[in-house]
Amino acid sequence: MGETGKHRAGQATSSTRREVLRFASTVALGGVLPSLAVRPAAATPATMKSAIAAVIGDAKLNAGRVKLEIPPLVENGNTVACAVAVESPMSASDYVKAIHVFNEKNPQPNVISVKLGPRAGRPAIATRIRLSDTQTVTAIAEMSDGSFWSHSVNVVITLGACLEDPL
Amino acid sequence: MARALIKVSPNPKRGEVIEIKTLISHEMETGFRHTNTGTAIPRDIITTFVATYNGEEIFAAQLFPAIAANPFITFYTIAKESGTLEFRWTGDNGYTASEQVKIAVE
Amino acid sequence: MKRAAPVRSGQAFVGAAPRPAAGRVRLFVAATAAITLSSLSLAADIPLNERRSSYEAMSAASKAMQDDDSANPATLWVLDGEALWRAGAGAAGRACADCHGEAPQSMHAVAARYPAYDAKRQTPVDLEGRINICRVEQQQAAALRPESKELLALTAYLARQSRGLPIESNDDRLAPSIEAGRQLFQRRQGQLSLACAHCHDDHWGEKLAGISVPQGHPTGYPLYRLEWQGLGSLQRRLRNCMIGMRAESYAFGSLEFIALETYLMWRARGMPMESPAVRP
Repeated sequence: MGETGKHRAGQATSSTRREVLRFASTVALGGVLPSLAVRPAAATPATMKSAIAAVIGDAKLNAGRVKLEIPPLVENGNTVACAVAVESPMSASDYVKAIHVFNEKNPQPNVISVKLGPRAGRPAIATRIRLSDTQTVTAIAEMSDGSFWSHSVNVVITLGACLEDPL
Repeated sequence: MARALIKVSPNPKRGEVIEIKTLISHEMETGFRHTNTGTAIPRDIITTFVATYNGEEIFAAQLFPAIAANPFITFYTIAKESGTLEFRWTGDNGYTASEQVKIAVE
Repeated sequence: MKRAAPVRSGQAFVGAAPRPAAGRVRLFVAATAAITLSSLSLAADIPLNERRSSYEAMSAASKAMQDDDSANPATLWVLDGEALWRAGAGAAGRACADCHGEAPQSMHAVAARYPAYDAKRQTPVDLEGRINICRVEQQQAAALRPESKELLALTAYLARQSRGLPIESNDDRLAPSIEAGRQLFQRRQGQLSLACAHCHDDHWGEKLAGISVPQGHPTGYPLYRLEWQGLGSLQRRLRNCMIGMRAESYAFGSLEFIALETYLMWRARGMPMESPAVRP
């Protein structure tokens, strides 16, 4: 964890990789441009499992009743259309309480958690998410009777050909 | 740029399930990026989005860094009565934004 | 490791703005001699009826994002642009609307014919340049910085007024700039010694790292690029291309970029505007 070479006061402790990146930049605009070049620690399937466990406890996760729609092949992982729809009568006694979406490989396993109720009418949401890499995404619906249902989709992320500097 | 865009049918029929589309400008800085010199860029995201219908909560979402910039959320509700739909976003660094839309239910 | 200086071809004019003007002047003078639009060479151009917007190669989800104003993040900038259009600015406290009225009427089809020739300055001016000329001269306000939120908002708002309309490029006075832009487009540059034309004229439609190579028509600018997660101008995109090719990019607002923009709009003449578009 020691520093090698010069460093500015207040800089984060550098790893060898960051040392290389520090000198790799040629941009005359100064050193404060954001870059995606340093890969942070990523979530793993195990992390996703424990994030799911945090929500469902030790309840059984049933497959079905949930439809997670994500394009199987995505042009850019920065903005991925993601829709979840659940089969439910949405009556006062039988409705979807919540929808949770998880991912496997982003730095963090949670994507969104939504609270619903009978007033929703249709138990469906759509949003746009970020996916860092080809991975599995899982949507879980929590029902008013305490049961949990899920659907998982594998998404392939392609990357653009020409790497670019930010601005 | 504190802009929000709401799209909802302004004159739904009573009891109709209506679609509400919301879009707000926000960079959703994940907290996982670094500058060219290795300094971490701190997280700055919208963390909560709540919709109320004449004061009653009809939708609530907890957002994480995995939500894309300029969060776009579509959801549904039953057009019960005329009134006001209010939307509130809150997030890191004291961020808040709100928007209101009136609907007239037949 | 510093990026190596671009391999220079025989031409004298390269790179960013503060450079000796002689080479650039030489190029423009050579290009000016009795050129009309009809005499521009069409060798190796994409046949007019084979031109395609990169919209067509996008995924259904991205197309849906562009087609629905309430889902297109660029709409947020358009709304901001509308507010700026109406807001008084500068020492004169004058709003764009004070002179130009309602943009849907006064700015109809304007963006579709930019860059346009400025007779007073005897040079083409692009939309961002025109906005700043008005700001400085008519509103006595400071010019807006390239890629600033305000400039992008105003450009998006104006470009939106041309959506669906065909790109127009039929001013003979633009011919020298178009020819200069064509030479830039066909010029090998950078570490890879690649010209824009190599990919976008000769190999469009083929795959590069899993992505279909577009023809590169500026039908949708300023656009929301998923890669940027924000709105950006054509010059920003060109800059990204050049850096991606490992060439030294031109500066924002440079003569080179304006020539390229003018050429690209001529190359896309007749194609419908999509601004503000969405692209991956």
